[in-house]
Amino acid sequence: MTEDRLTSELELLSFRLAEQEYSVDIMSVREIRGWTRATPLPHSPHYMRGVINLRGTVLPVIDLASRLGMPPVEGDARNVIIVVQSEGQSVGLLVDAVSDILALPRDQLQPPPEISADAAAGFIQALTIVEGRMIRVLDLSSVLPGYRTDAA
Amino acid sequence: MTLTVLAVDDSRTIRDMLRLALTDAGFTLHLAEDGMHGLEVLAGIEPDAIISDINMPRLDGFGFIEAVRGQERHRATPILVLTTESAPELKARARNAGATGWIVKPFDPPKLVKALHMVAG
Amino acid sequence: MAQPLDPMAEIRASFFVECEELLEALQDAMAAISDMLDQGTQPDGETINVAFRAVHSIKGGAGAFGLTALVAYAHRFETVLDELRAGRMVLEPEGMKLIFAAADILADQVRLANADPTASPEGAEDALRAIEGLTGGLPAPEPEPEPADFTPLGLSFDFGPPDEPGPTAWRLRFTPSDALYKSGNEPLHLLRALAALGPIEVRCDVSRLQPLDRLDPIAAQIGWDIRLETGSTRDEILSVFDFVEDVAEIELSEVSGDPGPGSPPPEPPPEIVVPPEPAAPLPAPVAADPHPPAATAAAAPRAEAKPDAHPAEGAGATVRVDLDRIDRLVNLVGELVINQAMLAQSVSEAGLGANSAVMSGLEAFMMLTRDIQDSVMMIRAQPVKPLFQRMARIVREASGAVGKEVRLRTEGEGTEVDKTVIERLADPLTHMIRNAVDHGLERPDKRLERGKSREGIITLSAQHRSGRVVIEVSDDGGGINRPRVREIAEQKGLIPPEAQLSDGEIDNLLFLPGFSTASEVSALSGRGVGMDVVKQAIQALGGRISIVSEPGQGTCFSISLPLTLAVLDGMVVKVAGETLVIPLSAIVETATLSAGDIRMLGPESSVIHIRGGFVPLYDLGAELGYREPRASYAGCIVLLTAQDDGSRAALVVEEIMEQRQVVIKGLQQGYGNIPGVAAATILGDGKIALILDPGDLVQNATGRTRLPDFALTG
Repeated sequence: MTEDRLTSELELLSFRLAEQEYSVDIMSVREIRGWTRATPLPHSPHYMRGVINLRGTVLPVIDLASRLGMPPVEGDARNVIIVVQSEGQSVGLLVDAVSDILALPRDQLQPPPEISADAAAGFIQALTIVEGRMIRVLDLSSVLPGYRTDAA
Repeated sequence: MTLTVLAVDDSRTIRDMLRLALTDAGFTLHLAEDGMHGLEVLAGIEPDAIISDINMPRLDGFGFIEAVRGQERHRATPILVLTTESAPELKARARNAGATGWIVKPFDPPKLVKALHMVAG
Repeated sequence: MAQPLDPMAEIRASFFVECEELLEALQDAMAAISDMLDQGTQPDGETINVAFRAVHSIKGGAGAFGLTALVAYAHRFETVLDELRAGRMVLEPEGMKLIFAAADILADQVRLANADPTASPEGAEDALRAIEGLTGGLPAPEPEPEPADFTPLGLSFDFGPPDEPGPTAWRLRFTPSDALYKSGNEPLHLLRALAALGPIEVRCDVSRLQPLDRLDPIAAQIGWDIRLETGSTRDEILSVFDFVEDVAEIELSEVSGDPGPGSPPPEPPPEIVVPPEPAAPLPAPVAADPHPPAATAAAAPRAEAKPDAHPAEGAGATVRVDLDRIDRLVNLVGELVINQAMLAQSVSEAGLGANSAVMSGLEAFMMLTRDIQDSVMMIRAQPVKPLFQRMARIVREASGAVGKEVRLRTEGEGTEVDKTVIERLADPLTHMIRNAVDHGLERPDKRLERGKSREGIITLSAQHRSGRVVIEVSDDGGGINRPRVREIAEQKGLIPPEAQLSDGEIDNLLFLPGFSTASEVSALSGRGVGMDVVKQAIQALGGRISIVSEPGQGTCFSISLPLTLAVLDGMVVKVAGETLVIPLSAIVETATLSAGDIRMLGPESSVIHIRGGFVPLYDLGAELGYREPRASYAGCIVLLTAQDDGSRAALVVEEIMEQRQVVIKGLQQGYGNIPGVAAATILGDGKIALILDPGDLVQNATGRTRLPDFALTG
């Protein structure tokens, strides 16, 4: 498994968000949970859904669509929370649904376009095409709270 | 044949180092924290040699050695004094109390082992 | 994860821990000596001895690890203490101060030694000279103890005359005296040690042996003539006799082949080969005991009955544990409590009778879990004594710097507090103590004018009180200068000029950010670190700080901290559909409001009239942003909370659900601090409830309890 890191392959977990496909490096995914109502945190940013109980730990949940500048997912039983870990923080990402696990050679990843009207552009690390569909690879560290103070 | 040693010192660090040096060299070691404790431990063992610090609470090294020498069976038990100085008066005082020899702190483990063999065989 | 440590590294780490204990013992002894001096008596020998031994032990251990600066410092300090215990030095209170200062520097030196064995802290030389001066100008300090690493014996290949083709022959005459045997030395071992140096011939000289019927078996009557061939040097050969050179005659000479002219022919003693058994077991059973039991009796009175000595058995056998492991254990136990609560809830919802076996089993389980939790919490608890001793040093330094005489009194040093809390209390306490010395206490002459003692007293106390730890810092100084405080607050725009403030409210202005009375920049505390920073630090620990002051008499800061950082007694309430927890310790009472209780205060805020006073009203649902303020609060339930300054607040909740102990779960720092929210917990139903900090909430609250007028009236 670890050899893949040294070779040119990357494993991604892809998911759907507002009719688009995104993905994260599978190495940062801890687990996938069904939707649970989160306890809201007062005076928190609009994309913070609140916190949920993850086996006795208090886990913050981010509405990923809202975070990327799109209309919020809101959340109901059809949605999914992807628990990721990055830079010592654990966070749940609320998304529409999980799609697939993809294994890609790294050289198939393209850098994101420099200029884009897409609000989500700043959070994208790379792009790739799989079976004719464009998959955006998320830059987790930019999504996590504390990384940016958004004006948007 | 394993030699048994009783070592008495109020410093935990010194006791730890004695344990490290002597058990490595194959001695069976008993430890005590001050002169009174030393006498208590001594009552239950038959050491081939005794090592004792001078400055200790409750009963200091000189008192301890005198008490040990006062016991018939320990009239000639080798007793080494652990001292931080090699001042002649200190040696004389130790000798008068009945000490067999002395080791200067910080001790060098091989020297200590050699000294023990020199007095205990 | 833990690899086996190099044993010497482990002992070294343990040494530094031992040093802290020794430093503590030194402080205790010095405090006792200081008390005795104050009462006009000279300190007693054993107390001085305790101090001496502490420094001596630090020196001994330090030498083993090559901590040269620490060895040098401790050696000089110990020498002064030796003069004191030998009675060659009389100590005055003034001199005691210098000794205290030297001990403080010793503590610095110990901590520095861990990082840099050769470095000395600032002021070390001065401190040492000062105390050496007390002894009437000591001569140059005694020579350093022998270094640990010298060339072991036996390595003889570098020594010996370079031209010598082979080993040298030596002749050695060894004649023990009585004292050699009395000292427990055994010639056999020495002879064997010689034999290890090379081929050896030993002849026993029994010419002085008494006839059997007159034999004194204790007396030394035997000598040995030895011929040894060895490449070892003279010194190496003689070193075999290191322990006996004062109790035997030893003559060593080189042999150049044959006896040589002029030296007397050796006597022809019978050749006796040294037997493998000890040579001296002569049969006479001697009744005479040269060391009568009187010697033991003499030793006994020397035994010190001082209660501060270690008890004989493994005094407080301890284990060193990684803090990470303890924290992990604390976390796991916390989760155990949560899961057990969830289980209890599910069981009760499943409709099992309250007296069923399952329920009573669960109750037993719950009590067991509580016990485990209490025990685990106390693992991390430590006495506050070292912290208080540190404050004693701050008092010494601070008072010296501003020319005031100050004494620190402590109470409850043995009170145990979580280790993290102790660490995080150090800075706030330091600041408060410095403030007390600097601003709280008056100068000696001023104090005398006021009929007080020259010496100012600061009292530092710790105690457990109703499930919390209460730490108080009080002084008997001039109290808070309220007019001045008010003036400064107005100048800084912190309060409006005509504001009506009670005494307590004025005192609390000190806690506002940006407040500082250091218009005289004193040597110590005028650095802009205000009491607001202290307050924040206390609050970050889940604690509260309050202040009481009496003009002319003094000021008292009271810090209340949770016993553990992980568990809280709370009241579970419902607000706007959300479940919240309010710390029980903050709640004074609960009440239901009637319309007549509620009065308008400003355009949007209200107060309630309760118990003859007015208390500001806060709508929790609105403050937390869950909903807009209500149209009317008649019939609403309020929790009356108390702030540390004595002022109160009334918090509107929809429903009070229960009181229970909850496990505190921190909220990750990624979102910054949410005003009013301290942490979170997980309830029995698995849902998360936020834990509020009422004091913080009120401070940041809007106080909006009414919609703007145009929304209400036509």
